[in-house]
Amino acid sequence: MIDRNARIGLWLCGIYVLLYGGFVLLNAFSPSTMEQTPLLGVNLAIWYGFGLIVAAIVLALLYGVLCSSNPDSDVDRREPPR
Amino acid sequence: MIFEPSLLAIGVFLLFVAVTLGISFYMGRQAKSSQGYFAAHGQIPWFVNGVAFAGDYLSAASFLGICGMIAFYGYDGFLYSIGYLAGWVVALFVIAEPMKRLGKFTFADALDARFQSRSIKLAAGVSTLAVSVFYLIPQMVGAGVLVQPLLGLPHWAGVVMVGAVVILIVVTAGMVSTTWVQFLKGALLVVFSAVLVVLILQRGFDVRPGEGFDHPTARLGPMKKSAAAAEIANASQLGSPTVMPAEGAWKDLPFVRTKRPAGGIDVWHLRELEDENTGDEEPTVMVELAQMISEATDGQWFVNGVPRGLGEGEENLRPVGRLARLPGDIESTGPVGPLEFFSSLQESDVVLWDKTIVREADGAVATVYFQSPTPGAQVLRPGEHPRFEGIRSDDPLNKLNFISLMLALFCGTASLPHILIRYYTVKDAAAARKSTIVGITTIGFFYVLTLYLGLGAMTSGSMDVTNSNMAAPLLAHSMNNSLFAIISAIAFTTVLGTVSGLILASAGAISHDLVSHLVGEELTEHEQIRIAKISSVVVGAIAIALGILFQGMNVSYLVGWAFSVAASANLPALIMMLFWKRVTATGISAAVVVGMVSSLTWILLSADSYEKIYGLPASDAIVPFSQPGIVTIPLGFIVVVVVSLLTQPKPNVAA
Repeated sequence: MIDRNARIGLWLCGIYVLLYGGFVLLNAFSPSTMEQTPLLGVNLAIWYGFGLIVAAIVLALLYGVLCSSNPDSDVDRREPPR
Repeated sequence: MIFEPSLLAIGVFLLFVAVTLGISFYMGRQAKSSQGYFAAHGQIPWFVNGVAFAGDYLSAASFLGICGMIAFYGYDGFLYSIGYLAGWVVALFVIAEPMKRLGKFTFADALDARFQSRSIKLAAGVSTLAVSVFYLIPQMVGAGVLVQPLLGLPHWAGVVMVGAVVILIVVTAGMVSTTWVQFLKGALLVVFSAVLVVLILQRGFDVRPGEGFDHPTARLGPMKKSAAAAEIANASQLGSPTVMPAEGAWKDLPFVRTKRPAGGIDVWHLRELEDENTGDEEPTVMVELAQMISEATDGQWFVNGVPRGLGEGEENLRPVGRLARLPGDIESTGPVGPLEFFSSLQESDVVLWDKTIVREADGAVATVYFQSPTPGAQVLRPGEHPRFEGIRSDDPLNKLNFISLMLALFCGTASLPHILIRYYTVKDAAAARKSTIVGITTIGFFYVLTLYLGLGAMTSGSMDVTNSNMAAPLLAHSMNNSLFAIISAIAFTTVLGTVSGLILASAGAISHDLVSHLVGEELTEHEQIRIAKISSVVVGAIAIALGILFQGMNVSYLVGWAFSVAASANLPALIMMLFWKRVTATGISAAVVVGMVSSLTWILLSADSYEKIYGLPASDAIVPFSQPGIVTIPLGFIVVVVVSLLTQPKPNVAA
């Protein structure tokens, strides 16, 4: 039941869970870390937040590329090939 | 605040509605089969479907709610943006393709694909309805909120108007017209938000010393707190006003009221200056002009003691939102870059507004809004909004509440029925995937913009202290009038798009999942469409009624409920059905029911509901924190596993 696309999807989802989880836990347990301004006078809360949005878009595009390189991924499986 | 109704806004809105209905009637002729009605024949191009995802998803809560929350409290609203987008990752990577492969019209189809079980169809149908109705309430409330100030119509008129238009859209052409409406709305919303952000960056920041609430007649000090009343009475710059005695409900409050010679009251806030106070020495205060709006027992409204209105002898609340200081004490930054925007704000001081409610002895209720200068660094950090300030407390339950909300947002998107049905409008799994990628990109781009929009609104000088939902339209107002008209009209369309998706999802659940399986025989296509159209009208009418009933409820708060219920009821069943071979039909239906009931019960017993719905003290609430997700989502998973293991088919049958 788990095909190649689903495996790629689960991996990418796992990566995102780590990124998102890190953000949530950092906010919850060390909110003061989020106030620091590591780069260009912009604080970590904004960098990390934008980073999460960009990461979602990048991973989505990556998924699109990886899946379309898979020739039989798009067969409609409601009617199995005979 | 009261606004001049904008004829241009009405015109643009009517144009949108006309175009929308035109599309509906035109498309309606093509949607005769149930495949056409519920799934637009599976013929929507993936790019259009992707933008329609954005149109479906970026509801009034995203556009109005998040911008307003950022404009009033800073960074915290952006946490919603992040959570709402993160949910799409689950939708794309885990749900999109199997959903398309397994289902036909509704989420229940996919869930039931392996079993053909009546109980799954019924459970999933009911949960679809529950989530959709929860999601509908804030949208309808949002419609009323918008129509009130913009068109000068009462709340109920806005709700009825939106409801009627949506019912027409859904009844005439189902998914085909709904999709094109959402495409149109999604595209317009993102494009015009981007235009607004460019204008915000070009305008940059400025401080206007001596203007508005910084005018010499609007402030006094610093001075000792005890001397404040006397100093105000003697202040020639304020016209030596008569100080009203601090009696009744006004006793011990940090306000001084003065009478105006021509009638009316000025309320002065005594703001304690923290850094100048040491030890038990008497506090030093700044005296600053506040704004008061009060409702008399007969329902009449007063602003600063004068009848509220725009006419002669009436008064309106003044628009707010300014910087007190820019870095380097300059007066204007000129155009700023996208990162310089934040770094400038980080080093500035922003004047936010706080409020105190005063209940007078005669039953009148006054709300005093007063200035609260806040360092930019504080505005740009998480944990300033009352809903999120728990992350700065030491109580682990408050932290858990935050994590629970972020978990519900993450898991909720992929289980929202009106999003899931959009997978059936494209031709195959690849198109479902591609349209989700387009959706994520569009929605992600929009959510980046929300931070600029919110902070731009915060410093635009045009905010209404009483209504954070109006922040985005009012920001446009501070740019120019035609932009205001367009943005307001888009905000209306925003409500239309999301509401039509939700009503269609509910109608599909009723006709395709519930009625067919309660009747016990497969309905003909014609019957299904007829029932779906009748249910659209009924659900639409219910939505109108609830929208009127829940007037005044916070929009984004209600959306949070919908996400929690969707994530708890639908996601565990969906995931386990896809990835666990031993799952059984009973396990799935049990998980849907338990997830739905437990999350709803939790919400109804939470401190939030006690306070905001029943009007009881929050401390009486039975559950330890308000957001159910962190408990009820895992509970859903446990139920699927345990019930499935208990109801395994006998080995010889399985083999």
